[in-house]
Amino acid sequence: MAHITYVEANGQSTTIDLADGWSLMQGATTSGIEGIIGECGGSCACATCHCYVDDFLAGVLPPPSQGELDMLENVVAERRPNSRLACQIRASAALDGGVITLPECQE
Amino acid sequence: MTAAMTTPGIVIVGAGQAGVQTAEALRAGGYTGRITLLGDEPHGPYHRPPLSKAWLAGEMDAAQLVLRAPEMLARKGIELRTGVTVRRIDRATRTLQLADGGTLPYSGLVLATGATPRALPLPGADAEGVLPLRSRADASAIAGRMATCVAQDRPVVVIGGGFIGLEVAATARKKGARVTVLEAAPRLLGRVLAPVLSDWYADLHRRHGVRLVFDAQVAGIEADAGGVHGVRLADGSVLPAGLVVVGIGVAANDVLAREAGLACERGIVVDACGRTSDPAIVAAGDCTARRLPDGSLLRLESVQNATEQGKSAAAALLGQERPFTTTPWFWSDQYDRKLQMAGLSAGADAWAVRGDMAAGGFSVYHFQGERLLAVDSVNAARDHLQARKLLDAGLSPTPWQAGDVAFDLGQLLKA
Repeated sequence: MAHITYVEANGQSTTIDLADGWSLMQGATTSGIEGIIGECGGSCACATCHCYVDDFLAGVLPPPSQGELDMLENVVAERRPNSRLACQIRASAALDGGVITLPECQE
Repeated sequence: MTAAMTTPGIVIVGAGQAGVQTAEALRAGGYTGRITLLGDEPHGPYHRPPLSKAWLAGEMDAAQLVLRAPEMLARKGIELRTGVTVRRIDRATRTLQLADGGTLPYSGLVLATGATPRALPLPGADAEGVLPLRSRADASAIAGRMATCVAQDRPVVVIGGGFIGLEVAATARKKGARVTVLEAAPRLLGRVLAPVLSDWYADLHRRHGVRLVFDAQVAGIEADAGGVHGVRLADGSVLPAGLVVVGIGVAANDVLAREAGLACERGIVVDACGRTSDPAIVAAGDCTARRLPDGSLLRLESVQNATEQGKSAAAALLGQERPFTTTPWFWSDQYDRKLQMAGLSAGADAWAVRGDMAAGGFSVYHFQGERLLAVDSVNAARDHLQARKLLDAGLSPTPWQAGDVAFDLGQLLKA
């Protein structure tokens, strides 16, 4: 279980509890958080769940796979060093307290 | 209540990817009237792509499959009604007749009715344990039967070596089932992939322990009170089977449209903006067949088609032109390989391979003469994304350039 805070582009902040194994994309789309689309259902195929992770998450997350890095080249909003795809991040206790910020647009 | 709320508003038939996309695009486009989203399944919108993979493998629960939370739809003023079947469209009065006897008026109508798996036209095809894969319920039924097969060491037979069949085969192997794939053609995915990639996928499945039978002619299903127990081939032989998954394509759900007199041909005929032959009705997703400028029809079954046509259809109802003309793309996950396809390969007469097929990350470029038609990438997302840009821009590398990893294809985009 992890408490994850999503900060939407308009500044609205929502914290949800994510069960272990859930992706941060699934947490957003099922909780009604705007700003994450996840068109492909979490297959790392569409790059519409782009997010910016905070320093804490950046420190504890495993690095992105080559496939995720390649897809990040196709995000619509600005790509930053802390850009990730929310569908590729799986919740666990290690991520508890993490904050992700969502870009203004996904497509 | 505003004036807009007193009109019937827009009714969307079908709560899958295309229907949800259209509803959200209508709101994003400034539509303030009523939006009613009708789904015929008991549950709300869900992601279909994982059904043949993580869902079938039991790695996801129902909540994780949700496409949009009902409260998210409600917040946008999208009224979701589940378990609703539409019987008839009365275009003269702009009214839907529902299966429960009720009626529903509309000022604009969106048909996002999806597609239905083709049934095996053979004796015994309705036996218990002979299953298609389209809906969440289908996938759950397959998963249940597959678990029994694994526990009893009974084989799984997949009829059809297309994407659905091969993804099911890969998942079944992952779960420890014995798997045979029967394909009527001489190779896998023959209408889509270049021969070299068909062969590569055949090798991949064989290495994972799948038995492949090509040129297979299925003659019937053998079943008893316990359901299916075998698949009979034309030569009289019988393959034992505790589960038969049928993946031989789908047919567009265009009956409602056809009975209402809309133009239909292998699907509801739409233009690039999702418009049907009735100005008050648009259509999106797997139920459609798009009329191209040259008069031919294009049927696509994909997430991208559902979402892009959904956006186009919403715009059309709002009186705007938003044609969907970008390069089609698709993907398929089998084992640890992600196949990403850009463009349409029909008519290709030459191919170039970029990268090392033995190492795993590579792409196959389809050409017709000197013109690039499509690119299929395996664990090579960068090639795939670049291919979409090249095809969108109408740019072609030469086959020699495509096959030479030392040649930077990105420079064509900068020219």
